[in-house]
Amino acid sequence: MNTPSLSRAFALLLWRDLLLAYRRRTEMINPLLFFVLVTTLFPLGIGADPALLREVAPGIIWVAALLAAMLSLDSVFRSDFEDGSLEQFLISAQPLSILVLAKVVAHWLITGLPLLIVAPLLGLLLDLPAASISTLLVTLALGTPVLSMIGAIGVALTVGLHRGGVILSLLVLPLYIPVLIFAANAVESAGAGLPIVAHLSLLTALLVLSMSLSPLATAAALKISLS
Amino acid sequence: MTGTGAKFCLEASGLGCVRDDRSLFEDLSFRLSSGQVLLLEGRNGSGKTSLLRLLCGMRQPDAGEIRWDGEDIFRLGPDYHTHIAYVGHKDGVKHDLTAFENLKLARGLAAPNLDTSIEDALRQVELWGFDDVAARNLSAGQQRRLALARLLVTRANLWILDEPFTSLDSRGIAIVEALFSNHVAHGGMLAVTSHHQVQLGDAETIRIDLSS
Repeated sequence: MNTPSLSRAFALLLWRDLLLAYRRRTEMINPLLFFVLVTTLFPLGIGADPALLREVAPGIIWVAALLAAMLSLDSVFRSDFEDGSLEQFLISAQPLSILVLAKVVAHWLITGLPLLIVAPLLGLLLDLPAASISTLLVTLALGTPVLSMIGAIGVALTVGLHRGGVILSLLVLPLYIPVLIFAANAVESAGAGLPIVAHLSLLTALLVLSMSLSPLATAAALKISLS
Repeated sequence: MTGTGAKFCLEASGLGCVRDDRSLFEDLSFRLSSGQVLLLEGRNGSGKTSLLRLLCGMRQPDAGEIRWDGEDIFRLGPDYHTHIAYVGHKDGVKHDLTAFENLKLARGLAAPNLDTSIEDALRQVELWGFDDVAARNLSAGQQRRLALARLLVTRANLWILDEPFTSLDSRGIAIVEALFSNHVAHGGMLAVTSHHQVQLGDAETIRIDLSS
């Protein structure tokens, strides 16, 4: 009973990050606002022809979600780096990778989950058929956690730099592209009545892969950034 | 305070540290056992903080090795971390959390000290009554005491402290010195840098001057 408990530390850190997000909720709403704004501006820019909108909707929604995810990335570790909390995680009695996983899960709950909630509305706005909207939701549920997981590695590598923003985008964006291609394509195929099992399987594989490997890579990157 | 009474020893041999192509120190060896204090002295930029970070295992030494009870600290990893607590320049206090929540987290991430509750720890640094105040609303000295209270809620044997007295008033310094002497008297170890003259009673002190 004296030994530090791994699951307790995980839950505690998750609780802490959600609490911090709640106390800084005005900042946290930014990515969601960006997502909604970009998607609603498109019909104004390219014209409100339903057939055209239906065709470009999967791409627009997914690109906006991807950029919103990137916009929110820096907040994963930035404030913890600045106030010294990251140093404390590094020398905590728990493996750093598990703590990292808790932080990334919290980050997804804060920035990824809200996108999922508003996405059906945006789908309706762009006149997506029902089959596409449900597929859109599934791809977002599978894809946005991958964005958070991959992004965490990039942030961990750049958190020690003063202006890491550009490097972060260059590091992370190429790794986001497979998610974008498979997800947007799945939504399109669903709209055309084509099978989407292959797309979803690939997205699931990416999710499993990133969930198992990203915490280890992120922990290693943090150790480099802090030494 | 640690209540274990176990004997530990931290040994450094042939330590060297290079920063930005400049050698800060080389061939540094010492041995710190339970009940002893390691006091690092030296001018600004002489490598005191770097040495403390080496002792925490946050940075690999460029030469030499550090052993905890005969085992390399990098091989021990989190097992070594259960024995240490660190308060650095950045005090690791989360400004949007209350004093109580900050300590609750620190306790959960380390090996918790079951003899000292969070309330006890806050009382010992005279912050009880501020437990539900967001840390950003505490004064600099109070935040420092909150960071130091983290030492009390863990079972860490070795306290590694970088300028612990920064922004503390004379009362604060007295409180913290009392905590330190108590820790050392109960068989704890202390590795500390300070410009302030540290008063720790009759604790056995190893002094290392990094300027020389």
